[in-house]
Amino acid sequence: MKTKFSKTKLYKVLAYLTIIILAIGFTFPLYWIITGSFKTPQAINATSPQWWPQEWTMANYEKLFSRQVAPLWEIHVPFTDIVFAGPEVPAALRWMGNTIFMAVAAMLLTCITAAMAGYALAKKRFIGRTIIFTLIVCAMALPKQVILIPLIREMSSLKLYNTLWATIFPIVGWPFGVFLIKQFAEGIPGEMMEAARIDGASEWRTFADVALPMIKPGIGALAIFTFINSWNDYFMQLIMLSSTSNLTISLGIAKLQAENSTDFGLIMAGAALAAIPIIVVFLLFQKYFTKGITMGAVKG
Amino acid sequence: MAANKKKSGMSSKALTRRETIAGYAFMLPSLVFFLGFVIYPMVQCIITSFFDSTMNREDIFIGLANYKELFTDPVFLGALKNTFIIVIVSVPVTCIFSLWVGSVLNNMSGPLCSLFRCVFYLPVVTGSVAVTVVWKWMFNNYYGIFNYLGKATGVLEKNINWLGDEKYALGCIILILITTSVGQPIVLYVSALNNVDQSLVEAAQVDGANHLQVFWKIKWAQIKPTTLYILVITTINSFQCFALIQLLTSGGPNHSTDTIMYYIYHTAFKLYRYGYGNAMGVVLAIIIAVLSAVQFKLTSEK
Repeated sequence: MKTKFSKTKLYKVLAYLTIIILAIGFTFPLYWIITGSFKTPQAINATSPQWWPQEWTMANYEKLFSRQVAPLWEIHVPFTDIVFAGPEVPAALRWMGNTIFMAVAAMLLTCITAAMAGYALAKKRFIGRTIIFTLIVCAMALPKQVILIPLIREMSSLKLYNTLWATIFPIVGWPFGVFLIKQFAEGIPGEMMEAARIDGASEWRTFADVALPMIKPGIGALAIFTFINSWNDYFMQLIMLSSTSNLTISLGIAKLQAENSTDFGLIMAGAALAAIPIIVVFLLFQKYFTKGITMGAVKG
Repeated sequence: MAANKKKSGMSSKALTRRETIAGYAFMLPSLVFFLGFVIYPMVQCIITSFFDSTMNREDIFIGLANYKELFTDPVFLGALKNTFIIVIVSVPVTCIFSLWVGSVLNNMSGPLCSLFRCVFYLPVVTGSVAVTVVWKWMFNNYYGIFNYLGKATGVLEKNINWLGDEKYALGCIILILITTSVGQPIVLYVSALNNVDQSLVEAAQVDGANHLQVFWKIKWAQIKPTTLYILVITTINSFQCFALIQLLTSGGPNHSTDTIMYYIYHTAFKLYRYGYGNAMGVVLAIIIAVLSAVQFKLTSEK
């Protein structure tokens, strides 16, 4: 009995130790990005690495911001060639703005459409419901990237190629959100909806006043999930966006890397700029995020 | 009760009509995007795979020629092999690793558990591009820390060009892929292990079952659905491994890190052969569908 006790204790100590070492390994790339972005070229190119920068410099960030310029915003008047352009700023700022716009727009559109559709799939008994649901499940199991080649042509013919909308609409169409909200909406008690109907509430009122408050946690989870995923949806951005002023931050860094493949200080500054905002968002809304992941898996 | 009331107030036909109209009204915005930007391109992908299709020219119907070419194309077959190597190595490692980490985290106190869960999720959130560029630096021939650590500890005698050497490049890709894919499975396993019926566990412990027995006989059965889900998403993820390859090696050296996904990209956006690229996409989708079905069969069997 005694030996068994100490054996489990030994296992526990070893396991915790391994987890700590692994955790250090998993945080190291991020640590390396951040410290690297403040290192001098000498420190970057030293054959024995500086684990902690001896000399801190902003030179990498200055270089990143002085490389290219782009107007802060450009608003096209539909069906004309008129463009309202904002003041010239470093291109990296424009890329950041593009990324935020894309992620927020994708998030809002996804949440609105998925909330309504998920509710309908869970609570409305309409003809064709099973067919639509089967289609959704099948589409989710397929690799997203196989649709990219046809999407290029479709976006070109819709005159959306090389606009941020070309990256937003496919994200909104991806049915994971509908699936997730459906899981939450199934928990709405039928009596509550029945009561609203007897009170003479319209379909829309029933949805907005009865269902929406119940599926709020699901929408929160979906919002943060979509935000992070669209921020990092590199492949879609890569093929849809081409001109310098339309790039996202991820694409900008990838381009930076292709053009200056050994200036690691500059590249790390870009990587830090791309990664830090999204990590902050993740840490702030971590709770919803975890919930979204686990709810999406139920009955997966 | 409720059903009776409905019937007396409204004929069932009228109810169905009302439900259908309301249902589609609520579905409409989502359906527009889903049908327009997911289903339509999927159908297009299948159709175009039977055509010789490129930029600025009408597509020419060529039947199964794209598919025939695929199975005699050495680059595609090589990419297929590499993809399978990635999947065969990374999927089991990811699953076992995250199950183990999940079970250790599950025994930790709340704040500690969520701290580590965050840490393991970090590479996913950081984003494929930022993660990839820092790994590229770490693997660098001259300035990378792997060569430095290897030499400092005496494991390596001279610098290894990790990403430029056919022997190591694919292994490096798999390592990075694993670190960026364990985050979600760990979260899932922690929550699944939390939901395991504690009374069953305690009963078994009273009966004198050891840790391993408790795990296999009781916990495993209850986390099986989670395992299935993790297997499916990890497989799909590994098949779609793209950013890593495009940014680290571009499929080189000598096609040793070509994957189907990268080759699709190369065919469509460098060679502009849309039809051929779509045929690869269809084959990839079929492979994933078959594998998912097999995994489902294997894990649902008792």
